Order: sequence, then structure tokens, then C-alpha cells
Amino acid sequence: MPAAIEISGLTKRYGVRDAAVDALKGVDMIVQPGEVVGLIGPSGSGKSTLLKCLGAVIEPSAGRMALAGEAIYDNGWQVADLRALRRDRIGFVFQAPYLIPFLDVTDNVALLPMLAGVANASARERARAMLAALDVGHRSQAQVAQLSGGEQQRVAIARALVNQPPIILADEPTAPLDSERALAVVRILNEMAQRFATAIIVVTHDEKIIPTFRRIYHIRDGRTYEEAGEGRAA
Amino acid sequence: MINLAGRDILNGWGKFVFTGLGLGLLIGVTLSMAGIYRGLVDDGRVLLGNAGADLWVVQRDTLGPYAEPSNVRDDAYRALLGVKGVVEAGNVTYLTMQIEDQGQDVRVMLVGFQPRHPGEPGYLVAGRPITRSHYEAIADIKTGFRLGQRIRIRRHEYTVVGLTSRMVSSAGDPMVFVPLRDAQEVQFLKDNDALVNERARIAANPAFSRPGVPGLLEAVQASQASSRTVNVVMLRLATHADEATVASNIRRWKHLEAYTRADMDGILVAKLIATSAKQIFMFLVILAIVSAAIVAFIIYTMTLNKVREIAVLKLIGARNRTIAAMILQQALGLGAIGFLVGKTAATLWAPIFPKYVLLLPGDAVRGALLVLAICALASVVAIRAALRVDPATAIGG
Ligand SMILES: Nc1ncnc2c1ncn2[C@@H]1O[C@H](COP(=O)(O)OP(=O)(O)OP(=O)(O)O)[C@@H](O)[C@H]1O
Ligand SMILES: [Mg+2]
Repeated sequence: MPAAIEISGLTKRYGVRDAAVDALKGVDMIVQPGEVVGLIGPSGSGKSTLLKCLGAVIEPSAGRMALAGEAIYDNGWQVADLRALRRDRIGFVFQAPYLIPFLDVTDNVALLPMLAGVANASARERARAMLAALDVGHRSQAQVAQLSGGEQQRVAIARALVNQPPIILADEPTAPLDSERALAVVRILNEMAQRFATAIIVVTHDEKIIPTFRRIYHIRDGRTYEEAGEGRAA
Repeated sequence: MINLAGRDILNGWGKFVFTGLGLGLLIGVTLSMAGIYRGLVDDGRVLLGNAGADLWVVQRDTLGPYAEPSNVRDDAYRALLGVKGVVEAGNVTYLTMQIEDQGQDVRVMLVGFQPRHPGEPGYLVAGRPITRSHYEAIADIKTGFRLGQRIRIRRHEYTVVGLTSRMVSSAGDPMVFVPLRDAQEVQFLKDNDALVNERARIAANPAFSRPGVPGLLEAVQASQASSRTVNVVMLRLATHADEATVASNIRRWKHLEAYTRADMDGILVAKLIATSAKQIFMFLVILAIVSAAIVAFIIYTMTLNKVREIAVLKLIGARNRTIAAMILQQALGLGAIGFLVGKTAATLWAPIFPKYVLLLPGDAVRGALLVLAICALASVVAIRAALRVDPATAIGG
């Protein structure tokens, strides 16, 4: 089985000439299906830049990225429709839930299958099933503003998972949560990774959750260093 | 797919409806301006239609009697009756004046006409036509006069015997119809001092007191006491007669100007209310620009407030088209609310206007299309801003 994510020699330079910043100087990374890896590093080390490259919202400068064995970037994009790539193959979880305030909980999640062309009724059905899997099924009728921070984050995770993408990119998903809730989110991510064989990269500074990873990539000055984690149960 | 624009509107409907309300009042003013213009034109048409005339004969080289002053000898109608095709002729005079009614001045247009001749008001909403040759009047409802009321016009009292509606001058003054002789007296009669002065001057002129011509002085003085002119002679033609031919015959042989109904219509619309129309058109243009600016500003702010949501939508794979449609639909929704409010407001407040406001369904349709077009145009700025939003900003730093 090919690796879910395979990155080699990835570089990213922002700006040109005098203003150039080399945010990534050669990143190598492998994540298997069903694996949750941590990505940690000091501020300005290039964590967000790496997620943006992998999430196909900025273009790397050179290197190679492959999803499930298929090259999506090889010194140039290999797929024509990056929008469809993001929609169908990548789930995003952010530091803030970033839910759409004018849609209710179900539709926030159902929006993704709808954007992929799934009919409203079955999209909502899928959304409700995913919300139930994340223990927020009882809030599926609610408005976003009526949910607690932890509930909102779980809805956001449901949204990232609902199209069952092979990979999920999470940028500081536990930052606004207390340690109990933060660990709950990590537990959910691990469960989902197991259940759907999803590869998950979690960018974090959060000391509470770092011990839960089995594998950790450190990123420093634009380069990655792999390290075994403690892999403690969340 | 769910309608994102609709959901956003429902979510913040209070803000949206209030904005639509404000825009709607602006649109209401715009529709009223158009209605005022239509009212002006329609007043003119009613005025022409109610006269029951086919040709208006006025002083040569004038656009009389409404757009320019015109004087025609009041015996000219006899000669006009002799023109082939003419079956009826009526002398008519117009004079704008103030009439006192219970201590209040009412501004009216006094119309002198010959009962049962062209120029007589064709349709009464109450009362009867004038039957006596003096001191009876037909008043337009807008004067506020009632049937049987006695009103004072200069030296004499008149009884209101009939009422018309929508008979107003192009300035909006309601009309009061009186027998021609009375009107001529009011219009052309000199006041007593002027008469005494005139008499003295004539008496002092030796040319008028020649011996051997008895009665000359008296005759001359009587002729000076009143003028014998009218402002227009209205003609009714035989059914087979061609208006244009009769009009050109009159122009050629009678040294007078003759206008057909279509000519009069043209004079009213093109000359008399042209300035008002331009004024109103300027207002319409300014209001359209102001509305566009307001819609553009509101939609732009609403979009800027949604930048994060738009970035998230783009990140999770929403097409540019989906996002542009959301903003466009909101702009159109705002326009639709505005138009409904505006149309309702214009309809409600139209009767309160002192002049006739005519709201044509055609204008409403044109207005609606214009509003939607303006809203669509105004949303372009916001759509461009939304399309520039970088999905990477959703991921953050
Ligand atoms: N759009 C950009 N243009 C120019 N330079 C940028 C841009 N985005 C990031 N950088 C630079 O690239 C480097 C890596 O930034 P990045 O956002 O990836 O760091 P990070 O590891 O996510 O930091 P943090 O932990 O503070 O979020 C930094 O030096 C940053 O200043
Ligand atoms: Mg970052």
C-alpha cells in the first residue's frame, strides 16, 4: 500500500531577490494511512507554509509531493483542478473552528458533499452520521453560535472528515481548548484515523498533546527531522 | 446545494431588512419623481381631451394658449365657422388669479367659455352644466369649493353649480369655468380709475368731439370700456374633415395659427413641461447614482465582513462562481426588498402630493429592472474583492 503522504526535497521561497525568504529548504516526510503525526517547531520555522503547500493553496518552489502514490506536485502541479483536489482529498482543521455562521451545524458539514455535487438530502444524512460519530449529533439542528468552543471544534472536525478524505491537515487544532478538551480532540482524531484509514498531520505547540503522538516531525529553519514520540493514550 | 445568499440573509435579516427599507424609501422617491412627470403629461392630456375640440386657433406666431400668451379677436370665430370642415367654434379665455374662500386665497385658473360650445368642460363629477348666461361657475374639486357655494371673483358673486375633476392648468392650478362674457369682464375690464382717466383723455381729444357728429364721443368711450379678445378659439370639425388640411387653410387665409390635438400634445410635452421634465430627469439620475453607491457600499461591507468565511469556502473547494453568485444574489435581494418597499411607499404617499402623481405599471417594471441592474452593477466591486480573497488565509500563519 503506498504512503498516504510522501514529500521529498520540498522547498518554498517567498518573495524575490532581496526580499526572498526561504521558508522551506528541503522537507522530507512520509505519513501512512491511519497514522497521526505531530509537526512541531518554533515560530517562523515553516509549519504553516508546509501545510499550505500540502493543502494546495500555495505553490511550492521545488520538490515532490504525492498523495496515495500519485504525484500532485513534481516541480510543478500535476493536477489541473486544485479546488477539486482540496474538496475531495484533503480535510482541513484550523486553530479556530471557522464554521460558516449563517448555516446551521448540519449544513456546515453537509456543505462539503454538496459542493462535490451530492444531493442535499444525502449530504445532510452523511453530515448527521459524521456529527453523531463525533458526539455532537444532538446539536445538529443548532446554530453555530449556540455551540461551545469544544463542540464547534468537533463540528469542524466532522466537516474535515465528512468527504472521507485520505488526508487531514490540522493547524493548531487544540490551541483554544483546555487540556481535557484538547485531549478529547486528539482522541477523536486518532479514532477517525483508525476508522477511515486517514493520514493526519497535526501542527501544534501544545505541550499537553505532544506526548500522544507516536511519530513527530520537528521542523527547524525550513528542514524536517523525524523523531519517535511517546505515543501515550490521549 | 443550499442557497448561501438566502441563508446569510435569513441569518441577519434584521440588518438586511432595515437596509432594504432605507434603500426602498429612496426608490420610492425615485418612483414618485417619475410619477410626477407622468402626472404632468397626463394632466395636459386630460385638459386637451376634456375640451372636446379638434383644432385650437390662436394668435399668429405663438404657441398659445397654454405655453405662450395669445390674443384673438372674439369675432374671429364667425370667419372660422365659414372655413370648410368646421362645424362648431367656441371662444375661450384663460386667466390665472386668486379667489378668496373663507379668508383663504385659492389660486385658480379662470376659464371663460361659451356654454354648449367647444371649450365647455366635458365631464362633470357633480352638479350640472352652466345654464344661465351670467354668474354661474363650474369649479374643479381641487379648489375645495362645494356645490351651491357662492364665490367672489373681482366685483361679482358666482354660484358653483357643477364640479369637475383633474381639470388643472399646467402649473397645477385648479380651473374655475365661468361664462365667456363674465370672464372677459374680469380679464379685460379696466379698473374705475383707469376708466375715468381714459374718459377724460378721450373727451379732451378734439378729434372725438367734432361738431356735426353727435354721439361719436360716447361711442368711442363705450368701445374703450371693454376689450373684445379671447385667448383661443376651439373648433370642432366634421367627421370626414382632415384636421391638417383645415389647419393649413386657417393658417393661410385667416392669419391665425391653428393646432391639432397632436400639435397641442407636442407643445405641452415638448415645450411647457420640458424644463420640469429635465429637472425630474436630473433627480432620477442623481437618485440612481446615490442608490447604486448605497447598494455598492452595503454589499461591499457585507462581503468584507465575510472574508474569513469566503476564504474557508474557497479552501474547502467552493467555486468562484458559487461565491460570486452568493454576493450577486444578496445584492439582487436587497434590490428586490428595496423595490417592494419603494413601490408600496410611492403608492401610499402619491395621493398626498398637491399635484397629480401617476404611477404607471410600465414605469414600475422599468424601475424594477433598473434597480436590479444597478444592484448587479454595484455588486461587481464586492465580487471582485471576494474573488481576490486568498484561501491560504483560512489556514492562517
Ligand atoms: N506570505 C508570505 N510572504 C513572505 N514570507 C512569508 C509568508 N508567509 C510566511 N512567510 C515567512 O516564512 C517563514 C515561515 O512562516 P510560517 O508561517 O510557515 O511559520 P510557522 O512555523 O507557521 O510559524 P508560527 O508557529 O508562528 O505559526 C517565516 O519566516 C515567515 O515570515
Ligand atoms: Mg503557523
